[in-house]
Amino acid sequence: MENNLLFTLAVGALVGAASGFLGSFMVIKRMSLVGDALSHVALPGLAIALMLGINPMLGAFIALSAAILGVWYLGEKTEIYSEALVGIFFTASLAIGILITPEPELLEALFGNFEKISFLDGVVIIATSLSIYVVIKKISSELLLGVISEELARSKKINVSKINLLYLLAVGLVVAIGVKFVGTLLTGSLVIIPAVAAKNIAKNIKGFQFYAAVIGATSMVIGVTISKIVGIASGPAVVLTSASLFVVSNFIRRKR
Amino acid sequence: MENNILTVSNLVVEFNNHKILDNLSFEVKRDDTLAIIGPNGAGKTVLFKCLLNLLPYKGTVSWADDTRIGYVPQRLTVSKDIPLTVEEFLKFKEKDQVKIESVLSQVGFETKDEHLIHKGKRLLKVRLGVLSGGEFQRVLIAFALLGNPNVLLFDEPTSGVDVSSEETVYVLIDRLKKEKDLTIIFISHELEIVYRYAANVLCLNKEMVCWGPPHIAIDKRSINKLYGEDVRFYQHHNHNHKHE
Repeated sequence: MENNLLFTLAVGALVGAASGFLGSFMVIKRMSLVGDALSHVALPGLAIALMLGINPMLGAFIALSAAILGVWYLGEKTEIYSEALVGIFFTASLAIGILITPEPELLEALFGNFEKISFLDGVVIIATSLSIYVVIKKISSELLLGVISEELARSKKINVSKINLLYLLAVGLVVAIGVKFVGTLLTGSLVIIPAVAAKNIAKNIKGFQFYAAVIGATSMVIGVTISKIVGIASGPAVVLTSASLFVVSNFIRRKR
Repeated sequence: MENNILTVSNLVVEFNNHKILDNLSFEVKRDDTLAIIGPNGAGKTVLFKCLLNLLPYKGTVSWADDTRIGYVPQRLTVSKDIPLTVEEFLKFKEKDQVKIESVLSQVGFETKDEHLIHKGKRLLKVRLGVLSGGEFQRVLIAFALLGNPNVLLFDEPTSGVDVSSEETVYVLIDRLKKEKDLTIIFISHELEIVYRYAANVLCLNKEMVCWGPPHIAIDKRSINKLYGEDVRFYQHHNHNHKHE
């Protein structure tokens, strides 16, 4: 049992780190709200997966990918990209998800339950987190240059739209593997909050990405431990931990 | 080596059936300094985007085979709170620290340790967002120079820059040209700058309105065609042209 918890904590730390790392780009891209709402889309995918008896993470990822392709298409190929549209569409899918998720699973689908993470899940999550880190690290410069100036990036022959899609799919993946820990309502904040906190204390991009990953991992480890000890859902515990770290980060910034 | 570095012929750009550029043809010789002038909405930036192949167009834009373009975009704003430092930004393009320090000195930042200080911090460690307009412009020029370009495209080097640093940007462009073989194409809205620094000018208002050395090409007729009848202009008599 103890080993189980340690394994879960290690897996959680990796998901937290990958989420925080991805969040650092999300915050600079000024897509925090989209990132946050995105996780809601996981619920209907999860529900359908439960009904069909396939892995919920896979169902969540398929639903997220569909939503991401929509967001990406609106942003890249048309002029009608609008945050409001994203808000409406994403909350609507949350509503559908709530209706079609089987009653016994609903609470943990919404708020997370790390006890349900099997060994195989853990291995899949570890492999996914590591690949996310490797791929995004590789395209990090291109991604950031595209945020600073799309024209500058494109004049360097960087395919900005492809890089953006790759990035958004990585966010979809991290939300899908984070769902069991934090639940579909709150995984988005696991991407956003550590990054916002890290921005307060970082002096450069390297530090920003590093702190975001560390704060993400710390939030997971502390949050899951608290949830285990106190017996509350892991999602709120993790999110409140990272929110507390955000508050602390403001004091560190002030001091400087 | 071909004599022309750039040949543009019958360039047409349309957005939603609306002509932005109409049948534009011109050639740019190696080491030329070409200014592109025209009123707002004349298609200057669109022309640049065609030259950089960032937009769909009809007609041809052909660069000489050995062309390496450095591009300095118009009015970039980087939010103060983005923790991207000058060093990290320049490393998007070039990892070699020696090359980075060398272009920084080319654009007028002293690179001796004691000089590369910005408000008490090493310039390289400073965030892009806290640089002044002129400093940021020079960092952008440094970024463009890192690819060792033989063509520089400047989109309105003066916009958002205070007058004193505006002066330095042009002095800098002028000096760079003397140091290395460079073809420079810049967009400007200031005739005085065009007279002083450009060897040739392209007046643009959807179509080509005038072309040639500024003191010949820019006359009352072309100014009227560009900006309307009411605009008065004066010609500089004591301009110190750089191709003396």
